[in-house]
Amino acid sequence: MTILVIAEHDNKALAPATLNTVAAAAKIGGDIHVLVAGQGVGAVAEAAAKVAGVAKVLVADNAAYAHQLPENVAPLVVELGAGYSHILAAATSNGKNILPRVAAQLDVDQISEIISVESADTFKRPIYAGNAIATVQSSAAVKVITVRATGFDAVAAEGGSAAVEAVGAAHDAGKSSFVGEELAKSDRPELTAAKIVVSGGRGMQNGDNFKHLYALADKLGAAVGASRAAVDAGFVPNDMQVGQTGKIVAPQLYIAVGISGAIQHLAGMKDSKVIVAINKDEEAPIFQVADYGLVADLFEAVPELEKLV
Amino acid sequence: MKVLVAVKRVVDYNVKVRVKADNSGVDLANVKMSMNPFCEIAVEEAVRLKEKGVATEIVVVSIGPASAQEQLRTALALGADRAILVESADELNSLAVAKLLKAVVDKEQPQLVILGKQAIDSDNNQTGQMLAALSGYAQGTFASKVEVSGDKVAVTREIDGGLQTVSLNLPAIVTTDLRLNEPRYASLPNIMKAKKKPLEVLTPDALGVSTASTNKTLKVEAPAARSAGIKVKSVAELVEKLKNEAKVI
Repeated sequence: MTILVIAEHDNKALAPATLNTVAAAAKIGGDIHVLVAGQGVGAVAEAAAKVAGVAKVLVADNAAYAHQLPENVAPLVVELGAGYSHILAAATSNGKNILPRVAAQLDVDQISEIISVESADTFKRPIYAGNAIATVQSSAAVKVITVRATGFDAVAAEGGSAAVEAVGAAHDAGKSSFVGEELAKSDRPELTAAKIVVSGGRGMQNGDNFKHLYALADKLGAAVGASRAAVDAGFVPNDMQVGQTGKIVAPQLYIAVGISGAIQHLAGMKDSKVIVAINKDEEAPIFQVADYGLVADLFEAVPELEKLV
Repeated sequence: MKVLVAVKRVVDYNVKVRVKADNSGVDLANVKMSMNPFCEIAVEEAVRLKEKGVATEIVVVSIGPASAQEQLRTALALGADRAILVESADELNSLAVAKLLKAVVDKEQPQLVILGKQAIDSDNNQTGQMLAALSGYAQGTFASKVEVSGDKVAVTREIDGGLQTVSLNLPAIVTTDLRLNEPRYASLPNIMKAKKKPLEVLTPDALGVSTASTNKTLKVEAPAARSAGIKVKSVAELVEKLKNEAKVI
């Protein structure tokens, strides 16, 4: 068995989610190859070669792959992937965008967002916003899988010494082109990788009030998230959304402030180790999953918490 | 241009589902069913394109049990012109659905196909991408803005770090994210009118599509329950617990 892992990166650095994906591959067992497709990805390939457990790094460096357009990347993965037993990618927006296209071209069903590996062909994944866990078996010749990063502990980023090999002619389907992007700038840790996450909901009342959460987060070295209500109300940008349709996080500590705890939000954070809820409504569903609940006005509690930690 | 919209009948998003005692699946008997929320957004976007004069006809398609006609009628009440049901009593995987949709696409030749980004039951997030692969079209997934101009469509996509805009050649596949639009409600007169709009029923056999799958669900379990927490009385007590009991800060 040989497993192909699609590296998640921004052409400059290898994203941490790749390390969790390699961890899932290691659980399946077999040689692990990592594909780095992009433009000017020398540093990414070097980083991938150092990842513990990786046997080989395949590098497809071409302008056609610069923005990970699925129309161009999927044919490359199909071409390379046909000889592998498994193709894995992190369940990030890129992984989710590209991999189903690969699966369909290989004429196999995909398994999305696995949270555990039972055996080389059997996996567990959450369905119904995490309210049920399905055990799925694949009989496909090539098993195409996206990996939920929070389900697997990252492998070490150092310690490996894989061979790096250039591969693949350029596939430019000519059907799509990159126009531009608008990335949210943040000095805080990345939401999906942070050890502590502080999230605000509709109870924050406006975007300006998020400054209380930022102050607390900076004191704790935490990332700041939000519920859909806060995003829809325009308090914060949508890439901060935690939930079924946003990001899935599982930090050591999740502090939910002014969040009622709808099913869709819980889907994104209920695997956190310790959950703290601060809400003035003591009937809020968030208290049913919180390890520590504090019924209080967040505008008093959060500044006080910031002072005390 | 013609726009095809795919909609799925799923358990209503407010329902807290229960796993069956024999672990064969979740219990959907007597549970409220609705149109998947992302599909509502897809229908709304198509209707807005028609209102802007970009779309000339909206065809809505669903693949599922006979009861999915309800969701198709809802889409018709929201502004779709006609509906197609590919009737299948089996629960189909994304690839089978994508193959059936491909057959419908071949038949209807739409310029734009809009789907939701994921169904809230299976949470797969695959069908749109698979349909794009099978039909050889470009894909604009997780769309928060769609602008058609000439033979191209500009799609602003929600990605992990923010937003990305891509330009796709038509025909193309777009999947909707939550912030694309706010779906409207169907008015009573429109619900009545929708009953008279055409609804064609097809079968996978008639479309010549095999719905075999390489995936098999062995069992479905309830997730591990969290042990009950405690309520603290003050911020000071909370900090004390986090430091000394949970040891997370």
